[in-house]
Amino acid sequence: MLSAIVFSPLLGALTLLFIPREQVAGLRRSAFVFSLPPFILSLLLFAAFDPADAGFQFVEQAAWIPALQVFYRVGVDGMSLFLVMLTTFLTPLVVLFGWGDIEKRVKEYMIFLLLLEVGMLGAFVALDLFLFYVFWEVMLVPMYFIIGVWGGPRRIYAAIKFVLFTMVGSLLMLVAILYLVWSYQAAHGQLSFDVVRLYDLQVPLAAQRWLFAAFALAFAIKVPMFPLHTWLPDAHVEAPTGGSVILAGVLLKLGTYGFLRYAIPLFQAVAVEAWPYIAGAAVIGIVYGALVSMVQPDLKKLVAYSSVSHLGFVMLGMFAFNVQGITGSLYQMLGHGLSTGALFLIVGVIYQRRHTRMIADFGGLWKQLPLFSAVFLIVMLSSAGLPGLNGFVGEFMILLGAFEASPWVTAVGATGVILGAVYLLWMFQRVMFGPLDKPANQQLTDLTARELVVLVPVLVMIVAMGVYPRPFLSRMEPAVKAYVARLERVRVAQATDPAPQAVAQADRLR
Amino acid sequence: MNFPDISWLALLPTLVVMGTAFLVLIADLAMEGPDREGLGWIGIVGLLVASLVSAMLWNSHQSGFAGTFVVDRYALFFNLVFCLAAVLTLLMSMDYLDTIEVRTGEYYVLLLFATAGMLMMAAATDLIVLFLGLEVMSVGVYVLAGMARRDLRSSEAAVKYFLLGAFATGFLVFGIALIYGAFGTTALGPVSAKLASSAGEQRALVLIGMALLLVGFGFKIAAVPFHAWAPDVYEGAPTSITALMAVGVKAAAFAAFARVFLHHFAGLATDWTGVVRIVAVLTMTLGNVVALLQRNIKRMLAYSSIAHAGYLLVGMVAGKEAGGAAVLYYLLVYALMNLGAFAVVIALARRGEPNEDLDDYAGLGFQYPFLGFSMAVFMLSLAGIPSLAGFTGKFYLFSAAVKSGYVGLAVIAVLNSVVSMYYYAGVLVKMYMSEGNREVEILTHRPHLLATLLITSAGTILLGLFPSWAFDLARSAFQSLS
Repeated sequence: MLSAIVFSPLLGALTLLFIPREQVAGLRRSAFVFSLPPFILSLLLFAAFDPADAGFQFVEQAAWIPALQVFYRVGVDGMSLFLVMLTTFLTPLVVLFGWGDIEKRVKEYMIFLLLLEVGMLGAFVALDLFLFYVFWEVMLVPMYFIIGVWGGPRRIYAAIKFVLFTMVGSLLMLVAILYLVWSYQAAHGQLSFDVVRLYDLQVPLAAQRWLFAAFALAFAIKVPMFPLHTWLPDAHVEAPTGGSVILAGVLLKLGTYGFLRYAIPLFQAVAVEAWPYIAGAAVIGIVYGALVSMVQPDLKKLVAYSSVSHLGFVMLGMFAFNVQGITGSLYQMLGHGLSTGALFLIVGVIYQRRHTRMIADFGGLWKQLPLFSAVFLIVMLSSAGLPGLNGFVGEFMILLGAFEASPWVTAVGATGVILGAVYLLWMFQRVMFGPLDKPANQQLTDLTARELVVLVPVLVMIVAMGVYPRPFLSRMEPAVKAYVARLERVRVAQATDPAPQAVAQADRLR
Repeated sequence: MNFPDISWLALLPTLVVMGTAFLVLIADLAMEGPDREGLGWIGIVGLLVASLVSAMLWNSHQSGFAGTFVVDRYALFFNLVFCLAAVLTLLMSMDYLDTIEVRTGEYYVLLLFATAGMLMMAAATDLIVLFLGLEVMSVGVYVLAGMARRDLRSSEAAVKYFLLGAFATGFLVFGIALIYGAFGTTALGPVSAKLASSAGEQRALVLIGMALLLVGFGFKIAAVPFHAWAPDVYEGAPTSITALMAVGVKAAAFAAFARVFLHHFAGLATDWTGVVRIVAVLTMTLGNVVALLQRNIKRMLAYSSIAHAGYLLVGMVAGKEAGGAAVLYYLLVYALMNLGAFAVVIALARRGEPNEDLDDYAGLGFQYPFLGFSMAVFMLSLAGIPSLAGFTGKFYLFSAAVKSGYVGLAVIAVLNSVVSMYYYAGVLVKMYMSEGNREVEILTHRPHLLATLLITSAGTILLGLFPSWAFDLARSAFQSLS
């Protein structure tokens, strides 16, 4: 079932190859049709998922490169299930939005979108480090083209920056992966890329620090964590709307997911040690992202920097290492995927009509565009973390969890919530309220039916996740509880048994 | 007088290629008119027979001529690589020779002789035979580089390549002489047996000899600091010959290099890995950094090929079975993707108008989807993006380095890959993200070139998805050494 979800978009991409590029309408329609099966299948996945089971479900396994013990091994647990669903949910919407947004080279755009979906889904479900790495890197190529071909004026710069930043991190991670699997071979006489087995591998602490650093760098670039975030505003501003939505909605989550699935459990001892640094960077990111958002004249840049701030929350919650924090961080990943994705769609809608994204060019749109305003308002409030909408649940749980870990850090982080409300509300005020004094704005038309079809499902989810989080949380919690219990064992072992620390000391002296 | 034992079996693949070369030579005389395409087909059939013979010999392990020439899986694996490279070179040449106004049968003959030389190098277990193979190969390629007589750059390339190549061979021969001086033999088996017990002056002689051999091989694989000839020669030579140099000649040099150093000189590994490690770092870094500045695609590929020699040297440093097998596998992968890239360069060339600037690629991707797609595959594969062949090759190389404890070297190598991504992606930027305003005559009338592109791009993708069998071949090939 998982393989069907992951590879059905590939089938779509291959089919699109054979549709002549002149048949734009046909291309658009078939791309949309081909983006639906993964979503429908992931709904079935959701229905069949056993909430009580904390382990991996729907596991599939087949030998891929026997000489290296590389397996095609996929599965989902409570942590990856919803990220898979987020991906399959957003992709059809982005394809549909692309109907009106992308005019030239429609065929290639749709093919790249579907290929991108394959890469993202694969990275979420992979349980083999080699497989994960392959999907992780494969994603770069379609995203590179989406930004570079369909992007704005500085698209080439932004695209190459995106690729180079990501590659530095991921290639160093590759070396770390190699080191890890050879260590496994030294300990067990056999190679293995199986994450579950590698979790139990005991690597000397000194080496673990380097390995964690390499993994963390790769993921921190993708998240992106302060101060490695500089590629993000460029990529977002230049990318076409669909690219931005996928980038913010799903791609960034791969960074946080990477921490959760690989960097932390593989090197638990070091992850616990690294807490102050990560949490510090996360809090700086929260405040810095919010402050920079506040002064952006460009709507898209504002949303981009707000991502830096919101993902700071995700990291903060995750590194609290308790159930609330990690569950909240997962919930915030979904929430951010929906609300920021929707914000980019909204910016895209208005950009299509006015060909500008400068806040100063707008004002008073409230009267001109009632439907648009209503949608924008809900999405904006969700992003600001208004109770009753999805953003609140995640942020609240994160702060709860983080408070338990460190009240001081949390206090600073919490200012991000206030700052978030400030820049979002202020932006909304300048764009929507005030006099409708620009003549160009008086010609604007409201949302079309197609745009509504794209936005309404997101709104529904935003409200549903805000009002009734139970179905989501109940499926996340068993996995998170098991995860935290595993972490806790390591921490207790560290606290009660001074031996590892003595070893670590000796390592350092050497 | 005693004649050494003649092992026809060991000689068979080389003989087939040589025989084909003579056949082409004779057929050339019998042919009338300017069209020489038929000769290419004879060559291809001959090379395919040679690879078939090599494949059938896979399970035999036999040496002949008093232990100077051997048929083992190592040699046979390289036979397959050389034949593949030569077949694809011939295939792309058939559409290209007309463009550069070379209408002589000698082109095919020399190409086949050069290939025979490569086969000898891979099978040589005596330094003199190795030298013989190297010369057979090199003399052929010297002439081929200057084949486009109307083109000044081609003549310049031939002269440069010849002079520097002769110089490099001098080093190699001098190294052989010193080793002979130390042990009284040039056969590699006895040499490596005596290495362990060597001491004093004898050991000094061996070490100096080994260093000179390193210089000789360094020239042929274009490792820094012996790389200076490569960009000029690669740029000036007819593109098909550039492809052969970048792939075939390099693979042949590595075949001999790895056999001598990874197997026979393994006892001296502590003495040579240190130097090769530094050379590897310099080669990768210089190749990649200078490639960033190139505006001419052939020069860029020349520097990229220097960089890839650096990656291969990482595998040499890693050594042992993992490193050796990774080097073999990488050479196969590298042959496919690099030949493909040069085939794209050829596809753009027209008579009197080489179209070798990066700017000539503007807008190509959407105008000619297949050509653009295959170039994108080759560039991404060279950059090491999964799941293409280049990634699996690099994965094996770097994995071997990490396994042998050279983590620092692996880190330098991957950072170099990031640098390389910039210029490989630069080609994609031109092809897909810039607007082209020129019409370049493309594949429609060039079926051979189309076939070359199909084979190389399919191979690059398939080896990326299913590398296992090819890697197993490479590993069992390397295992046959010991």
